[in-house]
Amino acid sequence: MRGAAHLTRAACAAAVVLAAGACGGGAPAGGPDGIVTSSWGDPQNPLEPANTNEVQGGKVLDMIFRGLKRYDPRTGEAEDMLAERIETDDSVEFTVTVRSGWTFSDGEPVTAKSFVDAWNYGAHLDNNQRNAYFFGYIEGYDQVHPASGRPTAQTMSGLKVTGERTFTVTLTQKFSTWPETLGYAAFAPLPSSFFSDHDGWLARPVGNGPYTVDSYTRGARMSLRRWDGYPGEDKARNGGVDLKVYTDSSTAYTDLTAGHLDLVDDVPAAQLRNVRADLGDRYINTPAGIVQTLAFPYYDPDWNRPGQEKVRRGLSMAINRQQITDTIFQRTRTPAKDWTSPVLGPDGGYDEGLCGVHCTYDPARARKLIAEGGGIPGGQVRITYNTDTGSHRQWVDAVCNSINNALGDDRACVGNPVGTFADYRNQITQSKMSGPFRAGWQMDYPLIQNFLQPLYYTDASSNDGKWSNETFDRLVDQANAETDPARAIETFKKAEGVVRDQMAAIPLWYQNGSAGYSERISDVSLNQFSVPVYEEITVD
Amino acid sequence: MPEAPYGDGPAIAPAGGGGAMDLATAEGGTLEQAPAPAGPSGPGPAGRPRSLWSDAWHDLRRNPVFVVAALVILFLFAISVWPQLIAPGNPLDCDLARAQQGSRAGHPFGFDGQGCDVYTRTVHGARTSVTVGVCATLGVALLGSALGGFAGFLGGVPDALLSRLTDVFFAIPVVLGGLVLLSVVTSDTVWPVIGFMLLLGWPQVSRIARGSVIAAKQNDYVQAARALGASPARLLLKHVMPNAVAPVIVVATIALGTYVSLEATLSYLGVGLRPPTVSWGIDISAASPYIRNAPHMLLWPAGALAVTVLAFIMLGDAVRDALDPKLR
Amino acid sequence: MGRYVIRRLLQMIPVFAGATLLIFLMVNVMGDPVAGLCGERRCDPATAARLRAEFGLDRPLWQQYLTSMGNVVTGDFGTAFNGQPVVELMADAFPVTIRLTLVAIFFEIVIGVGLGMLTGLRRGRPVDTGVLLATLVVIAVPTFVTGLLLQLLLGVKWGWIRPSVSAEAPLDELIVPGLVLAAVSLAYVTRLTRTSIAENRRADYVRTAIAKGLPRRRVMTRHLLRNSLIPVVTFIGADIGALMGGAIVTERIFNIHGVGYQLYQGILRQSTQTVVGFVTVLVLVFLLVNLLVDLLYAVLDPRIRYA
Repeated sequence: MRGAAHLTRAACAAAVVLAAGACGGGAPAGGPDGIVTSSWGDPQNPLEPANTNEVQGGKVLDMIFRGLKRYDPRTGEAEDMLAERIETDDSVEFTVTVRSGWTFSDGEPVTAKSFVDAWNYGAHLDNNQRNAYFFGYIEGYDQVHPASGRPTAQTMSGLKVTGERTFTVTLTQKFSTWPETLGYAAFAPLPSSFFSDHDGWLARPVGNGPYTVDSYTRGARMSLRRWDGYPGEDKARNGGVDLKVYTDSSTAYTDLTAGHLDLVDDVPAAQLRNVRADLGDRYINTPAGIVQTLAFPYYDPDWNRPGQEKVRRGLSMAINRQQITDTIFQRTRTPAKDWTSPVLGPDGGYDEGLCGVHCTYDPARARKLIAEGGGIPGGQVRITYNTDTGSHRQWVDAVCNSINNALGDDRACVGNPVGTFADYRNQITQSKMSGPFRAGWQMDYPLIQNFLQPLYYTDASSNDGKWSNETFDRLVDQANAETDPARAIETFKKAEGVVRDQMAAIPLWYQNGSAGYSERISDVSLNQFSVPVYEEITVD
Repeated sequence: MPEAPYGDGPAIAPAGGGGAMDLATAEGGTLEQAPAPAGPSGPGPAGRPRSLWSDAWHDLRRNPVFVVAALVILFLFAISVWPQLIAPGNPLDCDLARAQQGSRAGHPFGFDGQGCDVYTRTVHGARTSVTVGVCATLGVALLGSALGGFAGFLGGVPDALLSRLTDVFFAIPVVLGGLVLLSVVTSDTVWPVIGFMLLLGWPQVSRIARGSVIAAKQNDYVQAARALGASPARLLLKHVMPNAVAPVIVVATIALGTYVSLEATLSYLGVGLRPPTVSWGIDISAASPYIRNAPHMLLWPAGALAVTVLAFIMLGDAVRDALDPKLR
Repeated sequence: MGRYVIRRLLQMIPVFAGATLLIFLMVNVMGDPVAGLCGERRCDPATAARLRAEFGLDRPLWQQYLTSMGNVVTGDFGTAFNGQPVVELMADAFPVTIRLTLVAIFFEIVIGVGLGMLTGLRRGRPVDTGVLLATLVVIAVPTFVTGLLLQLLLGVKWGWIRPSVSAEAPLDELIVPGLVLAAVSLAYVTRLTRTSIAENRRADYVRTAIAKGLPRRRVMTRHLLRNSLIPVVTFIGADIGALMGGAIVTERIFNIHGVGYQLYQGILRQSTQTVVGFVTVLVLVFLLVNLLVDLLYAVLDPRIRYA
């Protein structure tokens, strides 16, 4: 036994000399069949397309599924993938034609039915899909997913299979850019094995993407291997990806620097000062569609007085965004200049002049504005955040210190940490916030609509502060009904102007995706959802 | 055997008496092999009768470990009450422009990740740690010895009930309990943390108090007092308690150090105290991710914490040695 | 002996019920877990209600407790929020933690008892003072500081060990985490053994044995060590339960996917099923180990006979 262990170690040592660092995970050496090891977090929900609402599960879905559309990893533009064409005359009824020649990795062809069945499954109340609301624009959603009570239908009346490869979708309202939302993972097709052997499918998901799931140990690791029969253009350029669950992102980073891991796609804030020294140019820092804001509890009368927008504007101007992003985040965040994201581009509605002076540090004007607006309610701002995810504590403390220094009062602002994300969301849902709170928004699809409507429209799903403004709502409705995309974007920008004038939420910074990788791999990039583009990675 | 209320916790072992004491409790009285940790001692060296306490005091004054520990603790108490004496700065005065900088004139320990002065924060953090340690220990000692004392003295059903209740609390891992209970706390005072320590700490003392009360109850002089018609209250207060209290004091002193340490561990796990409270635990926890770049941010508060815990444990050690006649 | 064991086993029932009830109540204090399941969005009310019904969260607390305890008796520990049966989580987590605990206990016995004997027999000498001081320092530094420092120095700066433990958690990767986990207990074991040895050395039976002319070695092992180890065995026994449940910090630092990690995740996600399930098993382990320790007493100390 001992002898055997020695032997293995000796063999490993020899192999290390031959092919650098291959013995760590027992992976085969480099070349086109090389395996990439990458950090992972345990997905929160079962790995179903319409049930995955966070990046960790999203990573896997991005590897094993291809939908009608796909967002270009670089430009973010929605491009046809499985869709041959999506046609509409009135922005309400769409006819979708699926390309031929696509199959799932188990050999089953991808047809119109694969999509319609998947969407009906995702929308139905009994299936507990967290992202069911994505199908909310489709006619008949109310019957399969009523706000209360039992469903009265099994399928949505707005979805009709009209041929082997065609189906029609009827929406409840005009939504000109609806086809561009179809790159989101919730709209992926599903094979029949998903329905016939659901437990088996969850244990080893089957999709139609460039990778197949080789083995999956929940809570520990997932091995994905290249699917050689993949019909798409974006074939995997490596042999596969081994995702390893880490309990802590610092540990993953430490493992990367020690040569036990190839790719870390979430470099913790505290390690950012080391990346240059540790990794040299094997570090990427690219914009992603994430904006961080401070939202306000408009349901609290103290925070909903007329004229109080001055206080909010004053607080915004008391935050030294540049210093915080430089020091705490080492430029992996960019001070926010509007409420969307630079990844949209100027044509997509991003406007770096929109917030202007309201987002620029100016302690003197901040003090003046806050005084004019009636002062801080209760004399103290408590910024609520959760401590268990991300590096929120560092920046909340920094924002508070910035406000305190600007106002010359060392207790004007304090952080109010909440131990768990669940409890944090609970307090938000029950409208219990007593001051500003952390609000992060990661886009579902790169449209300006996605940065505005879910967050600021009256009673929208992520309007956690319950802000409500008639002008804003009217402009959004107008924009959605607009058939010309450019005109729609202009109208959305007008709506965003209302958000600015009221300072509905204080924009803080745009979050970049940051990733570090080992010497074994190259061609690493992150897409605009800050997920690594795994299929492009090559192993040296 | 109790599990220590901190870290990845082992038990606090009141060495010497530990095993036997535990036996007396775990068996619910079946095993009458309890220790006699604190009988009245014989005549002292001077030839006149001295109490256990004056004997102990005599020993302690000559014990260098005790003297050093006591001086450190006195110093800690002093800066807890008047931190401005040696650190006139404001611990909440932070400027991000100075973040993570090393030491320089006027700022001997450098600055932390938020640009606050580490020296000022370390000095001001003493108050929190001392408050948590002292309050939790006093509370645990009072509650634990009251419950344990009564159970041991009364025996029978109350004793059996309390012993089972003690077991229930022992079965819950302390750090786990802290995570669950403190994750929903929204107060920014030290009281929830102290309350939690009280909730999960009392059984430890109660077991020991019970064991020593049972032992003391069987002493001849207690039996004699009982035969002479002393009331139960008088028996308990005058004869049993004074002789059962020594082991409690020993355990409490050592536990004080572990409570200070537990506070830091809870902060490290993201529960426990919260800003603007200034505490070593909060600072250590905030500094731990930066350990590679700016170890000074971690080492000063961690060092202060270790010295404090060390002082209390050494004090407890010395007190135990002085109170345990078997080791003389 | 048999009657004693039966009585002890019966006494365990109320303790078991009490401890599980306590943890159940504590986890429920944390509030509604469903809100955290929908990301940075509000769960739509219909889905939230469905989820609550599925996990039984819509029923009164006492019913939830009784149902979950009833299920536990049949070996069903429920389902975690990611859809995985808790029993599966346990099957992954417990072997890892048991290995880690064994490594820690090994260090406690070998190093702790060894140092304790050394210092106990050399009381007052420099080696005694040195070790005593070292144990104090080990006790005074919180585990997470020790862990982070060792990980930084051994794993990152000097590259002697893997800074994190892989999912399979082989024994050699668990040496340093095991040492960190054992550190404080180890210090206590050293001190306990030292005191115990020093006390017993002067005991009558040792003097008698020496006076009888027994070889020194035999006196040491058969008489002195055997009697001195009684409190140490109690301590280590009780420590097993504490180590298994208390490794939250160590497992977090070294990326060990054991019981502590699952408990931590369970708490963060407010997954009642996971936390209650794991704690239930831990309570059982704790109770059984305590019983075993008490029985071991009788073996070690011939004066003790259980009626």
